[in-house]
Amino acid sequence: MPDTLPFATRFGSNAGQPVSRRDGVAKVTGTATFAADNHPEGMLHAVYVPATIARGRVTHLDVAAARAHPGVVEVITPANRPLLEGDPEAKHFMFAFRFEALQDDTVRYANQPIALVLAETLEAATEGARLLDPRYEAESPRVGLDGNTPYTVEVGAFGRRGQTVHGDVAAGHAAAVQSLDVTYETPAQYHNAMETHAVVAQWQGDQVTLDMPNQAIVMSRGAYGYYFGIPAENVLIRSPYLGGGFGSKAIPNGPTVLAILAARMTGRPVKLMLRRDQMFGPVGHRGATRQRLRIGIDAEGRMTVLDHESLATTSTFDDFVESAANASQGLYAAGALRSAHSGVRVDTGTPGPMRAPGEASGSAALECAMDEMAERAGLDPLEFRLRNYAETEPGTGLPYSSKALRECYLRGAERFGWAKRPLQPRQMRDEDGMLVGWGMGTALFHAPMFQAQARAVLRPDGTGLVETAAADMGQGAWTALAQIAADSLGLPLDKVEFRSGSSDLPDGGVAGGSGHTATAGGALHAAGRDAIDRLAQIATADPASPLFGAGNKGVTARDGRLFVTDDDSRSESYAEIIARAGGSEVIGTGSAARPPEQAAKHAMYSHGAVFAEVKVDPDLYQMRVTRLVGAFAAGRIINPKLAESQLMGGMIWGISFALHEEARFDARTGRIMNADFAGYHIPVNADVSGLEVITVHEDDPHVNALGIKGVGEIGIVGTVGAIGNAIWHATGHRIRRFPIRIEDLLRAERG
Amino acid sequence: MTPFDYVRPASLADAIAAWEPGAAYLGGGTNLVDLMKTGALRPGKLIDLTRLPGLDRIEALANGDTRIGALVRNADLAHDADFARAFPMVAEALLSGASGQLRNAATVGGNLLQRTRCAYFQDPHSPCNRRDPGAGCAARSGDNGGLAILGWSAACIATNPSDFCVALAAMDAVVEVEGPDGARQISFADFHLLPGETPERETALHPGEVIVAIRLPAASAGFRAHSRYLKLRDRTSYAFALVSAAAALRFEGGKIAGARLALGAVAARPWRVAEAEALMIGQTPDRALFDTAADVALNGAAPSGDNGHKIALAHRTAARALALAAEGTPAQMPAFPASVFGGHAHA
Repeated sequence: MPDTLPFATRFGSNAGQPVSRRDGVAKVTGTATFAADNHPEGMLHAVYVPATIARGRVTHLDVAAARAHPGVVEVITPANRPLLEGDPEAKHFMFAFRFEALQDDTVRYANQPIALVLAETLEAATEGARLLDPRYEAESPRVGLDGNTPYTVEVGAFGRRGQTVHGDVAAGHAAAVQSLDVTYETPAQYHNAMETHAVVAQWQGDQVTLDMPNQAIVMSRGAYGYYFGIPAENVLIRSPYLGGGFGSKAIPNGPTVLAILAARMTGRPVKLMLRRDQMFGPVGHRGATRQRLRIGIDAEGRMTVLDHESLATTSTFDDFVESAANASQGLYAAGALRSAHSGVRVDTGTPGPMRAPGEASGSAALECAMDEMAERAGLDPLEFRLRNYAETEPGTGLPYSSKALRECYLRGAERFGWAKRPLQPRQMRDEDGMLVGWGMGTALFHAPMFQAQARAVLRPDGTGLVETAAADMGQGAWTALAQIAADSLGLPLDKVEFRSGSSDLPDGGVAGGSGHTATAGGALHAAGRDAIDRLAQIATADPASPLFGAGNKGVTARDGRLFVTDDDSRSESYAEIIARAGGSEVIGTGSAARPPEQAAKHAMYSHGAVFAEVKVDPDLYQMRVTRLVGAFAAGRIINPKLAESQLMGGMIWGISFALHEEARFDARTGRIMNADFAGYHIPVNADVSGLEVITVHEDDPHVNALGIKGVGEIGIVGTVGAIGNAIWHATGHRIRRFPIRIEDLLRAERG
Repeated sequence: MTPFDYVRPASLADAIAAWEPGAAYLGGGTNLVDLMKTGALRPGKLIDLTRLPGLDRIEALANGDTRIGALVRNADLAHDADFARAFPMVAEALLSGASGQLRNAATVGGNLLQRTRCAYFQDPHSPCNRRDPGAGCAARSGDNGGLAILGWSAACIATNPSDFCVALAAMDAVVEVEGPDGARQISFADFHLLPGETPERETALHPGEVIVAIRLPAASAGFRAHSRYLKLRDRTSYAFALVSAAAALRFEGGKIAGARLALGAVAARPWRVAEAEALMIGQTPDRALFDTAADVALNGAAPSGDNGHKIALAHRTAARALALAAEGTPAQMPAFPASVFGGHAHA
């Protein structure tokens, strides 16, 4: 199908068109400049030395040997590390995590930086790092969910509630005619964007330019300013492209701060790019969880209680506990609801937000438990969910701003052919004798908005320029946001220049939480409208204009012209209006944020339903996801092509979570033994087939001015459970630990 | 990485003359260079063989044998139509290994010398008797779910990761080598060594010897109609085997006249047991027979750690591979080579 509809058939709208990503050609031809492609004159290469113990202290580094290596320029250790003006242990803003920047010789986790080597070449820096040959005084590491004594979490990650109770949970358990009590586990996972973390830092006096992939460009400017004792405006972050972020690139980290410090110390530009194995430590991860779910139902299959407890790993020195149990809030109409979190402190880096934090792990357990409860009740899993469909938010009673989940269920089920599913497991085989199983899961993800500003300019030639420091992690911000901006200016997409990805632009907010299009897009929309209002003011006050006297509200912007509303015979082009007014560009500004009173009136979520088919060899237990159908309702879709790609990417991550991803720790050393892409599996193309996405339209007048929710994370949610449930349906074996592996099914078979 | 000398000899004789203790021959570099980057291996000199003339040919010898030059790339061999017709199971094994990019770079000679993927061998900070004799074995009480169930020793429980080698073992390949003391041939069964007390000795190569070719006997092509490679793995492509099996059968009058079975990822070398093959001769193929053959092939298997499941998986994989071989070689290379999901189009 053609990539864009002809302008004439668009009815003036850029939003809603499946425009191909505007940065696509640059990326596939290698002309897009990623952070590590910057090589300023005189640049030094930095390599950080990762700790090879998980707990203890560094007792010796052979600095002399490293310094003696040809090409090595500087070795930074706690002994000579210049002072940082800001404390790396401080929690000075929302995304501040405590990190190691050589403040002392303590080792808190494996792969923590314990020194930084600077050299004229990457090879020399790498060898210098090896020659440091660290010696340690090691202590026994605390590893895994049983590695330490759990503690109760009152406030979870990003201020989310640690303990939530709605209704009488004890009464809910007592009233149940059937009950389920099951425990699921999910492993530690590491973000591992294709582009590892990188920075090229250049100082000029007390100003620093940072080429780095960043999901929170303007916010990070202040954070780095804090560590180096300079005002935020002295920090310029350039982040035009990110090779993936997944939550990891919103947060300052030790290696990056050390590289910036090294540039200041040496007076030369410094580049640091993490090796793949170094991604497993200082830049966040998804903590492991153990989740207990207790569900009770009445005689009609209605839930009397949904009681979800989650234990998750965090580090010994900071707090980020996956809010997994909160996945049970907001979704099913249980008589009583409880989400309770506890944490366990282990010797790893601090976890952080990883695509669908909380929900991905929580939904994996919840949706499997729902399937188990349906099985016990003798109900079809979809029917069981429909019986517990929440018309208002469970617990709070708030109306949903919009909720087309029922339509997602029905359209997804129809497309998948769910009605033909036998209730019992192990009933279906394909022509080759493979066991076939079908499973489903519900997807829920909050629809937040953050704060953003934007600027829109109408130029004398009638074209537009819009600016906001948004971040394109590959999701398509360069394209979807430009579509919104073009509409707000009443211009076709090719008449609008979009500047983004740099901290000297208005704050585009954080690319995270599935709220970037709504937030940055909202600001762009407001800025464009402001510019058009200003232009209309000029035109309607100008007796020479055909629009004279129409009044601001009586003017419509379309295709580079202002029209008197409902009178196409009276119109004038932007260029004509500006020319007569003296030829100065017209500048509009805008901002976006959700008013708190708006948030208090409605529960706001994206929804979805995922249906999975798996095939399993009945003897060898080789597994394969052969079909995935996801139907999602996420408000207004700005670019269906990019949104569907995002949702597909999420669903592929769901395959990854269900069947592949796991960091494997050596219990003796606390080190991750599969810290590369040969050992840390994610799906390859051959693992993905039969992937379909359906988007269900929602008009949501409450969520924000544009009616946009988010699609960045919800694709994972529901998919993991759907696959786990399909494997049960194929084999009759419930595997309550992810990822599900061949040996798990073999062990289940053999009891 | 540690600085090293790099030489690119013009002839095989020059290459061998350039060898010295601590030097390493470089083929496709897909394994060696990775290990140099992590610091697990630090050769003082790399002798780049890839420009040597004459070692990149696939030849049909006068006696009917097939001779594969050591510098033939994995992908080129797998996609050579004549070769794939004669040795479809070898081609299938090749195509089930690594990724397209790696197969384009890797050489068949280098494949025979790829190192174990035991995480503790690859990690220069873990004790490993194979990498550092006498250092101890971190794998014995570590993350060892994928390691050996056969032929392992207290000193080492590593497995050989190659798919290609499993197929070559089943096909009675011969390795042609040249070294400071001249040329010789090593039968495949003797090529890889079990660890015993000296896990650092991985192959029968003498110091300085170079693999120049791999020869497949004409008789082995007689299995072409009934041969399969089957590989269990945690993802469909670009994953090492959990266990694998190369199976080949030859029929006369409905009875098995020749049988080959080699298991992969179970030991430090491809695992072949003569008795397991012999017991199938003269028999009619059926499930019970193949189960018995698998039993015998796995005789003596024992967990070396938390990997007891591999015994059952290897058993089932061996029996299935034999059953697939009995069904017949697919008319076309399956879309997912060596997978149970590869498709069942028969010749």
